[in-house]
Amino acid sequence: MPIDRQTIVHVADLARIQLTDDEIGRFTDQLSVVLDAVARLAEVDTSVVAPSASTLPLHNVEREDEARPGLTTEQALANAPKGGRDGEFFRVQEVLEER
Amino acid sequence: MRSLPGTITEAAALLRRREITAIELTDAALARAHADRFNAWLLVADDHARAQAKAADDRLARGSAPPLTGIPWACKDIIGTKGIETTAASKILKGYVPPYSATVVERLDAAGAVTVGKTNLDEFAMGSSNENSAFGPVKNPWDTTRVPGGSSGGSAVAVAAGEALFALGTDTGGSIRQPGALSGVVGMKPTYGRVSRYGVVAFASSLDQVGPFTRTVEDCAIVCQALFGKDPNDATTMDLAAEDLRRDLDRGVKGLRIGVPKEFFIDGMEKGVERAVRDALREYERQGAELVDVSLSLTDHGLAVYYIIQPAEASSNLARYDGVRYGQRVEGRDLLDTYRRTRGQGFGAEVKRRMILGTYALSAGYYDAYYVKAQKVRTLIKAEFDRAFAKCDAIVTPTSPTVAFKIGAKVNDPLAMYLNDVFTLPGNIAGLPGVSIPCGLSEGLPVGLQIMANSFQESTMFRVAAAYERATKHHELRPKEMAA
Repeated sequence: MPIDRQTIVHVADLARIQLTDDEIGRFTDQLSVVLDAVARLAEVDTSVVAPSASTLPLHNVEREDEARPGLTTEQALANAPKGGRDGEFFRVQEVLEER
Repeated sequence: MRSLPGTITEAAALLRRREITAIELTDAALARAHADRFNAWLLVADDHARAQAKAADDRLARGSAPPLTGIPWACKDIIGTKGIETTAASKILKGYVPPYSATVVERLDAAGAVTVGKTNLDEFAMGSSNENSAFGPVKNPWDTTRVPGGSSGGSAVAVAAGEALFALGTDTGGSIRQPGALSGVVGMKPTYGRVSRYGVVAFASSLDQVGPFTRTVEDCAIVCQALFGKDPNDATTMDLAAEDLRRDLDRGVKGLRIGVPKEFFIDGMEKGVERAVRDALREYERQGAELVDVSLSLTDHGLAVYYIIQPAEASSNLARYDGVRYGQRVEGRDLLDTYRRTRGQGFGAEVKRRMILGTYALSAGYYDAYYVKAQKVRTLIKAEFDRAFAKCDAIVTPTSPTVAFKIGAKVNDPLAMYLNDVFTLPGNIAGLPGVSIPCGLSEGLPVGLQIMANSFQESTMFRVAAAYERATKHHELRPKEMAA
């Protein structure tokens, strides 16, 4: 089994996803099968091959840095979740504690 | 209930002869969309569609209207539509109303097309059966106990069931071509770089392309003509000279070399699919094309490359769904806990699986072994296609190893589900265009024939596809289940 329960819990935490116990069990089994299948890539000799991030013959795409119309504050805030807006701001829980 | 004309070409002729108005055509499409029995639609935009239809009639009355004027179309609900809810079939985006439209929608608006509504899909386009939608599976009109394919299942079915004259989908590993095959319509993925992704919910950015579903190859070329082109808002779009994508449709395949990769005729393939595709190859030979053996020996490894690169890019793209600026929020004891609960409860199982797989492949200690290794094999896969296209003008294969399977048959076996895309995902890895066209029936269900061409050679691809379509008329077959 290439991936264990503990690793799934750790990676889910990195991905900021809360899982139920049932999901942890199922994902451990299912992703083990998937990782076994992808592990076959090790068979391919890539010792002299460069990685491709993209297949396009494009490199640095540049444009002038000019101001353009964008969303209004109201448009940008219109989809704020319930309780997630405070005037002209998105509201979130505090992240800094007072000493 | 009034049925729609069979194709865009037919409808455009009727509109120009004043035998039908855009309003009448749109009302017919709206009525059919409301009567849909396949769960193909997440939203039908009556008022918006009628307003667009009215503007289309004005334009037609003035003359010189572009070919898509007044043509009703269906938009996969992963493509942003200004003022119209866009959910990606996820609970986490329920209620999200985009403040701007995707470039592809703006282009179709400018071309006079009429947006009927938003179609169902696998959540965030992650799936091959449309069973991963938070809003229920889509059923296949050819047999409602079967899946329509995915992830763009709703768009494929809207066209197959005559509820829209074309639809847009997105294709990251086969999500247009595979449902096109399983639902019996034309489904096409353009060359990476042809079509803007601006305003489309990002999935795996080095693989995603937007493309159309239509009834015929000619209609496909007409829609592509409106979609293709440079967008300053998407730096991956190429600035190419304008071309008429229909120019080669009537040229036939005499003298063309058609590549046949033996690696695409695998053990797991259904006999009926293999028979239909072999017949298609013989038809090409009969028309004077030369069949050429090409080798795509890394096809088998494509699945592994794809199931590293795609979830890795997705895990990064979907980091934005944190419940802060839009979508659903599930409040926790602190901000970190809010993120975890929002994402844990907002995403469905398949999305969570891929987030975990992708995060794992990108995490310290595994990055080189998985992600960089996959990108290196990607280089080799692209090189292998380059060598193949030195020997042929197009590659013809089955689109999917099977016809439409039963709803529920593969939901607990992710790897079996992933294998549905084994013939389509190499095209995404290499950035190539591919189209699936109807190739007859096997046990009463549609088979798809995939035609791939070299980068930016869509007109050759359409030429090869049209030659088969015109000789066989498989595209005129209709599902029995279709509402009369």
